[in-house]
Amino acid sequence: MNSAIRRLAVAAIILMLALMANSTYLQAFRASDLNGRNDNKRVRDSQFSVNRGAILVGSVPIAQSKPSNDRFVYQRTYPPNIAEAYAPVTGYYSYLFGRAGIELSQNSELNGSDPSMAFRRVVDVITDRRQQGASVTLTLNAAAQIAAYRGLAGKTGAVVALEPKTGKVLALVSRPSYDPNDLAGHDLNKVGANWKKLTEDKSRPMSNRAIKELYPPGSTFKLVTAAAALSSGKYNPQTHVRSPAELDLPQTTVKLPNENGQNCGGSDNATLTVALRYSCNTAFGSVGLELGADALRDQAEKFGFGERQLPELGAAASQFPADPNAPQTAQSAIGQFDVRATPLQMAMVSAGIANGGNVMKPYLVQNIKTVDLKTVSETKPESLHQAVSPDVANQLTQMMIDVVQNGTGKPGQIKGVQVAGKTGTAQTTPDKPPFAWFTAFAPANDPKIAVAVMIEDANVPRNDIAGGALAAPIAKAVMEAVLGQ
Amino acid sequence: MSIASTSVIQIMPRTRRGVELMLLIIAIGVSVGAYVNVGLTVQDKVPASTGYYAAGIGLLALTAHLALRYRAPYADPVLLPCAVLLNGLGVAMIHRLDLGLEASAIAAGRTPKSPTAPQQITWTAVGVVLFLVVILLVRDHRRLQALTYTAGLAGLVLLVLPLIPGLGVNLNGARIWIRLAGMSFQPGEFAKLCLVIFFAGYLVVKRDVLTLAGHRFLGLDLPRARDLGPIGVAWLVSLGVLVFESDLGSSLLFFGLFLFLLYVSTERAGWLIIGGLLFVGGAFFAYSAIGHVHKRITDWLDPFSIDGGQIAVGLMGQGWGGVLGRGLGQGRPELTLYSQSDMIISSFAEELGLTGLIAIILIYTLIIERGLRTALGCRDIFGKLVATGLAMSFALQVFVIIGGVTGLIPLTGLATPFMALGGTSLVANWAIIALLLRISDQARRPQTPAAPVSDETIAMVVQKQ
Repeated sequence: MNSAIRRLAVAAIILMLALMANSTYLQAFRASDLNGRNDNKRVRDSQFSVNRGAILVGSVPIAQSKPSNDRFVYQRTYPPNIAEAYAPVTGYYSYLFGRAGIELSQNSELNGSDPSMAFRRVVDVITDRRQQGASVTLTLNAAAQIAAYRGLAGKTGAVVALEPKTGKVLALVSRPSYDPNDLAGHDLNKVGANWKKLTEDKSRPMSNRAIKELYPPGSTFKLVTAAAALSSGKYNPQTHVRSPAELDLPQTTVKLPNENGQNCGGSDNATLTVALRYSCNTAFGSVGLELGADALRDQAEKFGFGERQLPELGAAASQFPADPNAPQTAQSAIGQFDVRATPLQMAMVSAGIANGGNVMKPYLVQNIKTVDLKTVSETKPESLHQAVSPDVANQLTQMMIDVVQNGTGKPGQIKGVQVAGKTGTAQTTPDKPPFAWFTAFAPANDPKIAVAVMIEDANVPRNDIAGGALAAPIAKAVMEAVLGQ
Repeated sequence: MSIASTSVIQIMPRTRRGVELMLLIIAIGVSVGAYVNVGLTVQDKVPASTGYYAAGIGLLALTAHLALRYRAPYADPVLLPCAVLLNGLGVAMIHRLDLGLEASAIAAGRTPKSPTAPQQITWTAVGVVLFLVVILLVRDHRRLQALTYTAGLAGLVLLVLPLIPGLGVNLNGARIWIRLAGMSFQPGEFAKLCLVIFFAGYLVVKRDVLTLAGHRFLGLDLPRARDLGPIGVAWLVSLGVLVFESDLGSSLLFFGLFLFLLYVSTERAGWLIIGGLLFVGGAFFAYSAIGHVHKRITDWLDPFSIDGGQIAVGLMGQGWGGVLGRGLGQGRPELTLYSQSDMIISSFAEELGLTGLIAIILIYTLIIERGLRTALGCRDIFGKLVATGLAMSFALQVFVIIGGVTGLIPLTGLATPFMALGGTSLVANWAIIALLLRISDQARRPQTPAAPVSDETIAMVVQKQ
């Protein structure tokens, strides 16, 4: 009997050891993971009383903590007149609803708890100073951001602008937007009511259309198809391609028509340049069929499709369909079917072409500095992919210049500056209004800015000229804001 | 010193009551220290109730100690101090959470509930009184064997009580509480005690049949089919608890207990295997057929799937505590639902950290191992089985509840022995400790009754040689 009891004694010890091992894993190793959770009220409460660092654009704070006379000691504020313009980037810092945007992704730096600032905290403890967070300087260009925000006034849409040579995000706007002050307040009942109102609003003001929502890119995707064609070596800008008014698709009776129901610029065999100028569906549909879905997908992925970009805000990954059949491939080649892209992604396509085919990794955080201006970190530009060769990039640039000078992109012209661009109008279902797109960069010979504009629910006819007319002036204003400086 | 003289000293029966008193003073000191610490950090002052608390716990512990000196001088010296320490720390933490819950109720504009710590101290007193009753009335644990079937019946009745309409209440999906005269009781806690006595008494009689008859299969001694009756009944009853009361924890506890005692009395691992298979079958049935159990398991697999879920908030509290803890009174354990009862271990882990939690688990381990040591030393089979049953019920209960709170296994509503808020469990645990001490007194007592030899006499013996 005793040997059985001894065995039970060992079993009991094993049970207790299992408890200790599990708790050790939980409290020693999983702790930082748990403390980093957005819904961790304990951590949030303690951090709410920290003098949180500012979020800066240039030297202007777009989010900062000010002393308050209540239990939280500090009140996070966003400058009222520009808070909505920056909300898709800053996100919010709410007691009840956690954090979003830069407030979320740079949280440990902003509140000073990041491991890189451990020494600073020790000094604060010794000198009996309150913990003080670091400030985060963004890459945004204030003039571009405000121009984009104003341009989208009264519309539902998004603008993303990049610096092609570095990947810096110069503007990132989504409208309708919201005022993060409504969520950062210390009157929790009011904050709760504001949250309810914002989340129940049919226009979804808190959804970040610039990076988190996927849209059919429509004809702007023809840039990717053109890039694949030129890179294949079988095409040059003067290559004639099939461009009838309607393209017969294999395996189906459905036909792919041009938007205006005519052939391409008066020809059934237009050149690639002319096809892009008038944004002919049949021409790019047939090019897509010849290249095949795999070549299109490879090209799209080189521009950044299929990857989640901009980790600071967690952008969605743009998609090219996995296994389309032939008619679906033709549709995909003109940015329809299941092709889905964020405005950020289409800005990256333009930026890549502008930068000699080298797509730079987009980034938002320029640097992080402590309160005594010591640099904690500084972001260096990084190449994402070489999407096309410099030669192909140059050919695409010439074709895009042609679009703006002679084609659908005329509303994007800027006096004295050569603009390269591409329009797009995309539809999802026949009963929904199409999306208007415009993506461009300028100056074409030495690009300083690449931009993508997307307008959702644009109440316009389904053609590219209309899309260009709606989206291109906004892109123009944003480019002028940067170039005029 | 020669070998012969060493063996002489070992035979010398030592009561160790002096050691117990020292340990008790430490346990009381730590408990009162924790209580004062809570006041200092939460209210910036020594709590006014410190005197009441210290006198109460001190008096209760010393009374228990004196009862042992008087009626069970050879009882194990470690068990009582461990129980006092756990009980004292539990009250300190419940007091701390009273303050925390009061503050958050005021902040949210609600009327705070009345504090529960005084209630727990009262229940501690009731528990110690029962402890005294057991020590003073049960002079020989073997007499309990006569109550085998009475205990079995009582255990069953206690198990079934919550099912009686008008008496039982549903709480958190399980039906294990009864409400009587405005107070809530968890009869299952006492059922545990009764069933241990029943299982032990029953197995003393049946062990020969269960041990000897059977056939070997694949190197295992398997029992005869007709001897499977008792295990089948135990399994069905525990399954009944599960189905009708949705109480996974108690069900596991009762079946586990029976299995362990069956194993100890027969020394046949075959029983463990049959029982294990039955348990797996039962558990799978519970998972697929009982919504409450299914939910417990999905909550365990993905605690963060529900916003603000009890386990998730508790886990975050434990993470927030880290290795060294926030310090008593400096964490936010009141954020966790049931932070005083089911989740009290999470509260400790948050404020005392991994370090404090491991200390608490070690105290539980001490109780379990001292209980099993008692079983080893006990000279009669009934006593062995009862001691094993009580010690293993502690082990199972501690494993199931701490494992549940820390996310090792699905959470079930078993009480954390001696610590959790709740009178029934506290009182029942004091009775269990009393019974263990009673058995250990008999186990450690010299076989030919001799006058107890005090530590001083032994020292003299050593000096003379």
